[in-house]
Amino acid sequence: MTYKRKDGRKNDELRGPIVAKVGVVPNADGSAMFQIGKTIAIAAVYGPKKMHPQHSQNPEKGTLRCTYNMNSFSVEDRIRPGPSRRSTEISKITEWAIEPVLMIEEYANQVVDVHINIIQADAGTRCAGINAAAMALAHAGIPMKDMVSSVSVGKIDKTIVLDLDKFEDSEFEDGEGSTDIPITFTHEGKLTHIQLDGKISPEQLKEAIEMGKKSCDEIYEVQKKALKEIGK
Amino acid sequence: MKTANITQDRIIEYLEQGKRFDGRKLDEFRELIIEKNVAKKAEGSVRVRLGKTEVIVGIKMAVGTPYADSANKGNLMVTAELLPLSSPRIELGPPKFRSIELGRVIDRGIRESKVIDLEKLCIKEGEKVWTVFVDIYSINDDGNLLDAAGIGALAALKIAKVPKYDEEEGKVLYGEPDRDLPLNNINPLPVTVHKIGNSLIVDPNCEEEDISESRITIGSSDGIISSMQKGEAVPITIEEMNKAVEMATNIWKELFKKFEKLLK
Repeated sequence: MTYKRKDGRKNDELRGPIVAKVGVVPNADGSAMFQIGKTIAIAAVYGPKKMHPQHSQNPEKGTLRCTYNMNSFSVEDRIRPGPSRRSTEISKITEWAIEPVLMIEEYANQVVDVHINIIQADAGTRCAGINAAAMALAHAGIPMKDMVSSVSVGKIDKTIVLDLDKFEDSEFEDGEGSTDIPITFTHEGKLTHIQLDGKISPEQLKEAIEMGKKSCDEIYEVQKKALKEIGK
Repeated sequence: MKTANITQDRIIEYLEQGKRFDGRKLDEFRELIIEKNVAKKAEGSVRVRLGKTEVIVGIKMAVGTPYADSANKGNLMVTAELLPLSSPRIELGPPKFRSIELGRVIDRGIRESKVIDLEKLCIKEGEKVWTVFVDIYSINDDGNLLDAAGIGALAALKIAKVPKYDEEEGKVLYGEPDRDLPLNNINPLPVTVHKIGNSLIVDPNCEEEDISESRITIGSSDGIISSMQKGEAVPITIEEMNKAVEMATNIWKELFKKFEKLLK
């Protein structure tokens, strides 16, 4: 039996609308908004600037510092404002996902700050955050070798599906339940981030990753288009 | 990053002639924009722009226990987070004084004006009441976050809906609005008057706010003042105080007209 999606999407179909926009925070050196379905993330870049405190400086290369933060009212049950264990981990994951394409070698002793804020959450917030952050960095003019695009793939019961929504991610419990695999690719096709929770066979995981790659190409086009709008 | 001394001198000189860099009058607000329902998981949310300043305010409701001294009334909690995202001057770390003060000043404006009919938010006296959370997030700080946040808080309250509550299960049914948030016909909007040199101005941009010597936030509704806060260490004269009150209550009229129009 195959799982039929509640919102009528095909298994490999992203949620709509997908909206990307740069320059949403005038104060920042670079900024962007990324919306997919009901999930909305904004990101702002400040820097490169001198790293404080001094002992955190790296004389060999610049530092990328990401902070992921959810609005208290971005979810149904209000979350307490401020950092949590979850947000601390996602912040680090975001750094790891983006740093490989960032040419920050020349910014010794400096830091590039990327602040991510989730305005509305409906699963896939870390992916939306990564997409917004990568665009904001490009908008800020930080040299990049490539772009990164992120999406979550998953398995609902026995079916591989793309871009889980809140129900699929955390409420679906029938059969084999739900497996969530947020994943980030460079446009070149290298994986810079993958996480998984649930259960899945190696064969199906392979299939899921392939599906993720294909859809990241789609997201890449959206990011590219928004970045090309700058100054128009 | 701070406003340069030479700019400061020039701003003061201009203000003495009744002029501002951006062509506004001393008692003139920047363009106000209110966008509704920007965060749909909230019971009510708005994005408020004052020129380049932008804040997002959201209302969340939850069921909790009342305080002992108000057993038949709902609770109100206002918090503000000044996001590092919104300005290069805001640093990471635990809430600093500015964001604590912002939350408290807005809290006072709402609470003391009694705009929320808290008695209608009582589910079972002494046991169960609604808590109204008003959360403020800065998105772009170009001065006067205080007034933007106050406008946003009232706007978000006005459009907020109380969700259904399943008393047997003790569960809030989010996403299923039951009724409008019970409000009284009072409209507290803060107007912060800043003293720069010998001039009094409102709605400063970042450059002006930076060199402000003293400020006074006046929360009023239709000529009735219900909250005030003077900030910074420079004293003001009684004449200046009176002038500030006059400015704030006059500006309220214009501001409220715009506010009502934008919320329609």
